[in-house]
Amino acid sequence: MSENALRTRLRLPQLDATNGVWPALAVALIIGGTLVALDGGSLFSESSMISLLQRAAGLGIVAVGQTIAILAGSLDLSVAYVISLTSLVAAETMAGSDGMVLPAILAVLAVSAAIGLLNGLLITKVRINAFIATLGVGLLIKGYLEQGYAGPAGSVPTSFQHLGYDRVGPIPLSFLLFAAVAAAVWFTLRSTRYGHHLIATGGDLDVARLSGVRTDLVLIRTHVICSLCAGIAGLYLASRLGAGAPRVGAEGGYDLESIAAVVLGGTVLAGGRGGVTGTVGGVLLLAVIDGVFNQLEVDSFFKQMVRGVVIVAAVAVYALRLRRTSDRRKAAVA
Amino acid sequence: MSTQLATPTGSAPAVPSGLGGGGRSGWGAGSIRPVLIILVLLLIAVGIRQPDFYDPPVLLAFLKRAAPLIILAAGQYFVIVAGDFDLSVGSLVTAEVVIAARLIDGDPAATWPVIVLLLGFGLLIGLVNGLVTTLLQVPSFITTLGMYLVLVGAVYTWTGGSPRGALSEEFRQFGRRGIDGVPVLGQLPYAVLVLAGVAVLAVLAMRSDFGKVLLAVGDNPRAARVTGARTARVRTIAFLASGLAAAVAAILLGGFGGVSFQVGQGLEFTAITAVVLGGVVLGGGRGSVAGAMLGALTLQTLLTLLNLLGVSGALSSAVQGLIILAAVAVGTLRRRT
Repeated sequence: MSENALRTRLRLPQLDATNGVWPALAVALIIGGTLVALDGGSLFSESSMISLLQRAAGLGIVAVGQTIAILAGSLDLSVAYVISLTSLVAAETMAGSDGMVLPAILAVLAVSAAIGLLNGLLITKVRINAFIATLGVGLLIKGYLEQGYAGPAGSVPTSFQHLGYDRVGPIPLSFLLFAAVAAAVWFTLRSTRYGHHLIATGGDLDVARLSGVRTDLVLIRTHVICSLCAGIAGLYLASRLGAGAPRVGAEGGYDLESIAAVVLGGTVLAGGRGGVTGTVGGVLLLAVIDGVFNQLEVDSFFKQMVRGVVIVAAVAVYALRLRRTSDRRKAAVA
Repeated sequence: MSTQLATPTGSAPAVPSGLGGGGRSGWGAGSIRPVLIILVLLLIAVGIRQPDFYDPPVLLAFLKRAAPLIILAAGQYFVIVAGDFDLSVGSLVTAEVVIAARLIDGDPAATWPVIVLLLGFGLLIGLVNGLVTTLLQVPSFITTLGMYLVLVGAVYTWTGGSPRGALSEEFRQFGRRGIDGVPVLGQLPYAVLVLAGVAVLAVLAMRSDFGKVLLAVGDNPRAARVTGARTARVRTIAFLASGLAAAVAAILLGGFGGVSFQVGQGLEFTAITAVVLGGVVLGGGRGSVAGAMLGALTLQTLLTLLNLLGVSGALSSAVQGLIILAAVAVGTLRRRT
């Protein structure tokens, strides 16, 4: 084996391309920090860091769930409506009473798990394309929300608002929740049989099935977990807003934004390659861009344009690197 | 790399689709028979509820309302059948209408130059989508999602948050008016004429060499490339078609209603739904453009029926979701047997 081939083999983990988001995040922090400093503000002041982390938390929890759906070769377009629905379930069950916090949390988890189960069954048993299945389920929830609610409903007791506003030292509680969800899913992917089966299913469904992986079960579980993550985000938003909001998910664009964060983190849209750590980086990168533009008081619409360009550019760079690596491998084999 | 949002069907497409139309007959994937049956049932239901629906003027008015969605579905079909997505069409429609209002600003003389500009802008966006997807190898889902963010942001930035200007009456006539005094029909709306033109062009395109290569690319990109097909070129042309279709749909929609940021909202998902309803398979290679357009017509008929039945606008999205799931489920279940 030539030295070249050996090096290529040692570099194989780079195929995941999840590492690329961290340098990008560093660059964004340096450039953004400098720009904000020139403008007379500070990106690294405590208040701006806190709002940055808080912004990251909501999207982050959804994006972690979306990561495993995409890793499994699927995707979930219903998350935005699940968030709205569960924020209402939480606030209406609690109805301002401290004693109902735990039942409300359980109700939210049950509702979101049921929606995930429905998504999973439609995709595996009825064999509807994930795009259409989750879009259809999303429309169903949207219709229910629009029919039943004109505006915010329910109310959250002060004890539950701690989740949205409290801090542990400089770090918001909500960000710790995001970190905990991300760590749990990271561990599951890395160290459990289900996690390995999930990667195999996303890599090649037929090969996984022929190797004895019960791919239907894996996909159903994945969609349940993805919906649970959206439900947790719904809980967080309910605590933050103090009430349930029927349009909070759709207006926040959580469906497409979460997919964007996942892809920005280097997870391949076709499935099978990527991971949660990359998604965390992707979410932070989006939050930093957000924070910088807020500090500079740039038009929020311009921010969206920059976001669009950053996402496409990042994926283009990943695609380029992937191609180079595979070219090198081919050259090494030859 | 096309985005394969894996439908976990265990059975890989074993039967190769006929090159010409992607399996026009039978129940298989890409067949238009299921959508035809649903459409006929819906049309019967509409006819029972509104007996004068089949009077030529009423029917033409219905077709006029359906025209923009059908045109968008035809454009989206080209992209989907090649294995791609175009999520930017909704925001492109909004951008086109807002640009038209601002540039025309009530001046009739500006109408034609602006229409040419709009068509050019649609093509330009399609070209960028196509080149980024094929040359930079970014999955089209991401390319067009990015384009969606850019267009929405750009439109808001350019107008400062609320649309300005006004469309001229000459511009609006394409969506509103028609050729008067036609025997039997009364008025023949321009929108229906445009729709007919688009339909003929789309079917002819799919029967040409371009259409055959496009289907082959969607069916098996690697095989198509190996046999010498210029896959990047046909995929880019598909995006151009989708951008152009969005521009045409925007011109018609501008005539229907007012100028707002909501004109195109969600149209990308509606168009994709219509295409899938028409038997076209996400991931590419199967389905006919006639099916895609029939899918859009079916969706519009469904919305009309819900409206006639007095189902409130809010609930109609739930019913829409249910029907889509049911229709696609029936299609896939039939395919398995």
